[in-house]
Amino acid sequence: LMEGINAKYVSQKISKTRWRPVSSSSLQQPDIFATGSWDNEDNKISLWSIGDNGVSGMDDEFEGDPQLVCEYKHNGDVMDLQFLDQDRIVTASSTGAVTIFRHNHNNQTLSVSQLWERAHHYPCGKAPCTGVVCNSPEIVTVGEDGRIILFRSDQEGVTRTIENADSSTIHAVTFLRTTEILTVNSIGQLKLWDFRQRGNEPSQILSLTGDRVPLHCVDRHPNQQHIVATGGQDGMLCIWDVRQGKMPFSLMEAHSAEMWEVHFHPSNPDHLFSCSEDGSLLHWETSSNSDTPSFLQGGRNASITSRSAIAPAGGNQSLISAWLTGDSGKGRLETTHMLPSQTLSVNSLDVLGQCLVCGTDGEAIYVNRLVPI
Amino acid sequence: MNQKKQVKHLFIEPCVNFINRSTKQCPNLPAFVVDTKFTHGISLSTGGCPFVHEVRKDEDICSPILRKLFNESHHIFVGLQGIRDDLPSKNKKTQFVSISKNYRSVIRACMEELQQVAGKVEGKSDGRISPVFFLQVSILLAVELIWNLCEVLFIDAAPAGSLLLHLLDWVRLHKADVDEKARDVLQSESPTEHQAYWDVVISYVLQGRMDEARQVLMKQAALQPAARGMFKLLDNLLIKMPIFNPSGAQTLTEFDVKWRHWHEEVDRCLQDQSFASNPHLEVICKILVGDEDVLLEHKELLSTWYHFLVTRLLFSHPIVKPTELHYYAQSSMHMFLDTRSVPEPLDSILLAAFEFDIHQVIKDCSIALNNWWFVAHLTDLMDHCKLLQSHNLHFGSNLREFLLLEYASGLFTHHSLWQLAVDYFDHCPEFGRVYLELQIERVPLDTERKALKVLRICEQRQMTEQVRSICKIMAKGALRNNRLGSALSWSIRAKDAAFATLISERFLQDYCANGAFSDLDLIDNLGSAMLLSDRLTFLGKYREFHRLYGEKCFSDAAKLLLSLMTAKIAPRTFWMTLLTDALPLLEQKEVIFSADQTHELMFCLEDLTSGNCLPKPDRAMQDEDIDTTKIEILRLALARNLAKAIVKEGTVEV
Repeated sequence: LMEGINAKYVSQKISKTRWRPVSSSSLQQPDIFATGSWDNEDNKISLWSIGDNGVSGMDDEFEGDPQLVCEYKHNGDVMDLQFLDQDRIVTASSTGAVTIFRHNHNNQTLSVSQLWERAHHYPCGKAPCTGVVCNSPEIVTVGEDGRIILFRSDQEGVTRTIENADSSTIHAVTFLRTTEILTVNSIGQLKLWDFRQRGNEPSQILSLTGDRVPLHCVDRHPNQQHIVATGGQDGMLCIWDVRQGKMPFSLMEAHSAEMWEVHFHPSNPDHLFSCSEDGSLLHWETSSNSDTPSFLQGGRNASITSRSAIAPAGGNQSLISAWLTGDSGKGRLETTHMLPSQTLSVNSLDVLGQCLVCGTDGEAIYVNRLVPI
Repeated sequence: MNQKKQVKHLFIEPCVNFINRSTKQCPNLPAFVVDTKFTHGISLSTGGCPFVHEVRKDEDICSPILRKLFNESHHIFVGLQGIRDDLPSKNKKTQFVSISKNYRSVIRACMEELQQVAGKVEGKSDGRISPVFFLQVSILLAVELIWNLCEVLFIDAAPAGSLLLHLLDWVRLHKADVDEKARDVLQSESPTEHQAYWDVVISYVLQGRMDEARQVLMKQAALQPAARGMFKLLDNLLIKMPIFNPSGAQTLTEFDVKWRHWHEEVDRCLQDQSFASNPHLEVICKILVGDEDVLLEHKELLSTWYHFLVTRLLFSHPIVKPTELHYYAQSSMHMFLDTRSVPEPLDSILLAAFEFDIHQVIKDCSIALNNWWFVAHLTDLMDHCKLLQSHNLHFGSNLREFLLLEYASGLFTHHSLWQLAVDYFDHCPEFGRVYLELQIERVPLDTERKALKVLRICEQRQMTEQVRSICKIMAKGALRNNRLGSALSWSIRAKDAAFATLISERFLQDYCANGAFSDLDLIDNLGSAMLLSDRLTFLGKYREFHRLYGEKCFSDAAKLLLSLMTAKIAPRTFWMTLLTDALPLLEQKEVIFSADQTHELMFCLEDLTSGNCLPKPDRAMQDEDIDTTKIEILRLALARNLAKAIVKEGTVEV
């Protein structure tokens, strides 16, 4: 149906998918990814291989079909999942626990190497940990309890906790610089935190005034650290310039329900990917003629670019819309549906090199090894 | 209420009926393990199976595989609902057939995976697979067999000529062990000496696979140069057997004539005793001529009455019409089955299909399979093909909807699969919404993310009642955990004014206790949500006062403070706090409150103190003495400010 797309039903609702990082020096494509499940009686984290060097012999029939490498029971829903390095995975659990799993390459097993049991909690009870971000050895987690916690993988204790960092639920976190993080919350705010400052106050708050639309995901431009993309409950994609202004730079209608994740392509940031509760996965491509990415062309008047056709009719629809007002001639934005039409949420996606993986509430993992980058 | 009662009456009773009957009447086709709830979906009627303790283990293997069946079929189901009514019927038929094939391929994939896993378990030294596992596979086989026949007869509705070709495909697909046997034979050292050699040849002939039969026969012919002529003769008969080509130019009558000629030729060979010297070849020739006694001698190779039926049609009535099928089916079944044995449920189901009694098929399947997956999806497809139109049910207006509701309700009770059920309910126009409304509130909400997913389902369907109740549950939970900000967000989302008021009170209490606001990020960001409740408006405005005061915009702050009282935004219980907040403004060097404003403040204070004379339950909360002192200080400050204001205003005028 869709070129290069491969679906596999895995009998568990997938909450997170992440590629194992490849060494930056090589031009190698990723071949291992991790998934986390949610809403199961027993949840799991699993490692999958799409490599040919693994178990061959099944040949053509199973080509590209992800093969399970190993799995491990996970207490609670996997709310977030990140690779700390080649061997270690950090998960955020609905029980409030933060766990580091180690992948033992020799016997292909997973084991728990570190566990912070009740990292996120209420005075009496567990609070779900909603997001985790790693910059080895540092790990930052956020939760429904409004805490931001800083761990170091080489230390047992907690390095730092910002109590009451947010009166609402923090939905996601990302590193802006080595000492700065960015969080998004359930009342539509972005908050910048500088770990060099001792207080419990954010160094900056950005928001869409008056809207209070919850933000669910955030990603930073890989090269230009001041450019940030967020996705919210209304399915809108927002591009922000955190250096200037408290308002988003541009707003685009993307999905018809919650945008669960947004990712710039790590090596080709003119491409951006987003997935949503509405069951769609979008590939955004800007064709920039100048050095400025067209995400930022068109001045500072944030206006909404409307996309007329949102429903994928099961095919490769290309929707072209000019990016923002003003210089629409210079930068053009093209969005493409990457999945055959389906109704159940696409909860997570990850893209690395030419490979994209995503997971759904329909208990399917989709792998695309030919993302047109 | 009335409506709900009716639902219960209409739907639950027949369901109970079905289940009761199923356990009593059908001991041979045991309850399908794909029950809507795996955990206790197995009723072991496997003929006294003693391995009850192993059930749990088998489910662990089975249920993940069956989950794929549920998820993949959900995807197909949703696609089917999207097929537009206004398509030309010919295009539609092609689509329906391809959807039917998709369903079947999902069943087959599931079956194959079960078999694969079974193979792996068997391969291990301690591996032993309990009968339940095989039961599962055999049930899926039966389901696919029935579905395939329904596809041929109802959905594809092949006319005479093509009908037999489809039935042949059906038999070949479900009796594929011939190929395995053939492989064994052909790979053995001397195939012709193999004990199954003639079984393979005859099996191929029985399925009308003449080319394959000839290939195997050739091995024998090569070894018997003396009988070469005889082999050649049979080979010729096999080659010449006419096969109807539905896409060709040939009419049915032309085919019939050709076929009769061939049939006569075969018959002549028999009369001539051409094969008398070789009993094997003679048997094949008798099969070709449709000799029923000879066919019945090969019961073991045919293995089922419906294979016998199709073989019988192939060699006696190749242009059988759909309307004639039931006659041949009945007689074949009686001829094939032992007269003493009672037909098993599967036999009755297939027979009902051959009789084109689709309602009987669905009913019998419901009884025999004791699960709703199969009947719900098949019935839905049949309904789309407009095959169920004229039938009225005594227990409801719509069989399709009844079955879908049962299936979806089952899904909803599952820990993870509840999400799939929503789309099924959506496509039940009569009662789907009621069912969804009743069930959605029972989904346990462990995390906010899950709550958001449930909310999205409700909001998309304008289920305001459920939206409110879910938000309330979440707001209460947040309040319990002392997360005022989250609690407020949830009640704002639910537009729950009462609860927003309650939470605003908590914020104000906290402020009175600590002298500072918690959760400023939220209160500063209320925007239009502030208008949800008076108390929330007050909270937002009061915080704005503090912000203005902090930013030294004293006159704006003063104006706002006064309006909070005069416009009755502030609750009276809070007036004293507000008046106390006015004190530092009154004490500023420059005049901030004008004479008029000061008058109004004084009026507020008098209003409040006169009200104080009335006995109030919360009077006990405050210390009478402190209050009196406070009032005195306030009066003094107001009087001084009034004096200053009059002087200042007077000065300006002059």
